[in-house]
Amino acid sequence: MENMWTLLSWGPQGWLDDIAYGVFITVSLALATLPLGLAVGFLASLAKQSQEPSLRLAGDIYTTIFRGLPELLTLFLVFYGAQIGIQKVVQLFSPGTTVEVNSFISGMIALGAVFSAYASEVFLSAFRAIPSGQYEGGYAIGLSKGQTMRLVVLPQLIRIALPGLANLWLILLKDTALVSAIGLTDILRQAGVAARVTKHAFLFFGVATLIYLLLSVVSSFGIMAIERAVSRQEARR
Amino acid sequence: MSEASATPGAGFERPPPPARGWSGQRVAGHAVLGLWALLGLGLVWFLAASWDRELFDKYAGGYVSGLLTTLALVGISIVAGALISIPVAYGRMSRNPVLSGLAYVYVYFFRGTPLLAQTFLVYYGVGSFKAELDAVGLWWFFRDAFNCAVFAFSLNTAAYQAEVLRGAIESVPRGQWEGAASLGLHKMQTLWKVILPQALVVALRPYGNEVILMVKGSAIVAIITVYDLMGITRLTYSRTFDFQSYIWAAIIYLMIVEVLRHAIDWIERRITRHLKR
Repeated sequence: MENMWTLLSWGPQGWLDDIAYGVFITVSLALATLPLGLAVGFLASLAKQSQEPSLRLAGDIYTTIFRGLPELLTLFLVFYGAQIGIQKVVQLFSPGTTVEVNSFISGMIALGAVFSAYASEVFLSAFRAIPSGQYEGGYAIGLSKGQTMRLVVLPQLIRIALPGLANLWLILLKDTALVSAIGLTDILRQAGVAARVTKHAFLFFGVATLIYLLLSVVSSFGIMAIERAVSRQEARR
Repeated sequence: MSEASATPGAGFERPPPPARGWSGQRVAGHAVLGLWALLGLGLVWFLAASWDRELFDKYAGGYVSGLLTTLALVGISIVAGALISIPVAYGRMSRNPVLSGLAYVYVYFFRGTPLLAQTFLVYYGVGSFKAELDAVGLWWFFRDAFNCAVFAFSLNTAAYQAEVLRGAIESVPRGQWEGAASLGLHKMQTLWKVILPQALVVALRPYGNEVILMVKGSAIVAIITVYDLMGITRLTYSRTFDFQSYIWAAIIYLMIVEVLRHAIDWIERRITRHLKR
């Protein structure tokens, strides 16, 4: 095992540069999915707490589907389903062409759908924690519906929903490992390639696992900083 | 209206409920529901159009065995994880810094890294220790992908279950311990007869969620060549290139999760009857 450090060095001899590229892909996939999932999740939570029964039902169906399906299956459904669907459409116009669906985009859509389904529940319970007097107070001083939502409800909502959303972020970070199954060169796939080539499987998968652990630790520190900033805001009120 | 006039002031007609106009929300709700219905109908149409008796006969048996593999994998892992979680939860609650530190690191490691990475670490990494494992006579166990998956899943779910157990036991107020002690019950009796019955009511929902997460998480064993439900699905797809293989898997997984969810709801309603006022 004296060549362990050579294997883990930067450059053509070692694999560190390849794994670093995998880290870049993993982190950028998670960061790209987050705003998508948050936005869709917020809209879904609005639908689920609306007065209109049909809208509520539609939101519940969305949550049931994407919370019930295994993440890996969702990924495959999006990846292969989109491939087949787009292929069919394209072949109407120009027969004979083949389409390759981007695995990064597929991963983003699938993970975003799963994230948003869980996030909508977090937002929903946060909405329920805000007393209706807050809305009424907003309307009483002449704010419109949108203004009340933006200026009165949202700041409180974020504070209440933050722990749940932080949890979902950590889950999202771990779920990105699944995209290695559809060929995206994330941490786990790069580690797998290195393991196959060098036959040091335990070393490389161990390193990959530790990198995920490190990302989780860094995220927890970030989350703590955000929570402190948000609670300071609350104290100032 | 004759019997209504007997009560005073009932001669008046009640104003009709305000008409529900087609508000923006209502239009949006119906539009989205219509979209869902369209998708559902499209799915049924797709399954009906691609129905193939021969294909069904050929692969349906595989799906059943895959489903059984998934259930066995999840069942064994959950039970083994529950057993491992007891000492871990004990360590987490212990005042001994070494014990609690070890338990904390264990829980942090398994909750902070992806299950897929842990599974790969066991399945591919165990080959690096073939000689050592052969020496202790455990190589036969790790040679099989299913066993590797069970091993990784048990350790993983043990970390989550330990936290559930710890949270539930700590949710029981301290007065319960003190009350039992003042009655002369010793610690094990207190835990078994006083604390656990109250803690498990709290723990039921998180335990149920953990089972559901395991059912969903178990799909990843398809990547390490275990033919569970997902593995069979991938095999079927690679042989037929028929997208309905994935649709069937989705339907089966959704059904399992929904059945579990409703079962948990039912059990919770049942065991909290005495708490309803």
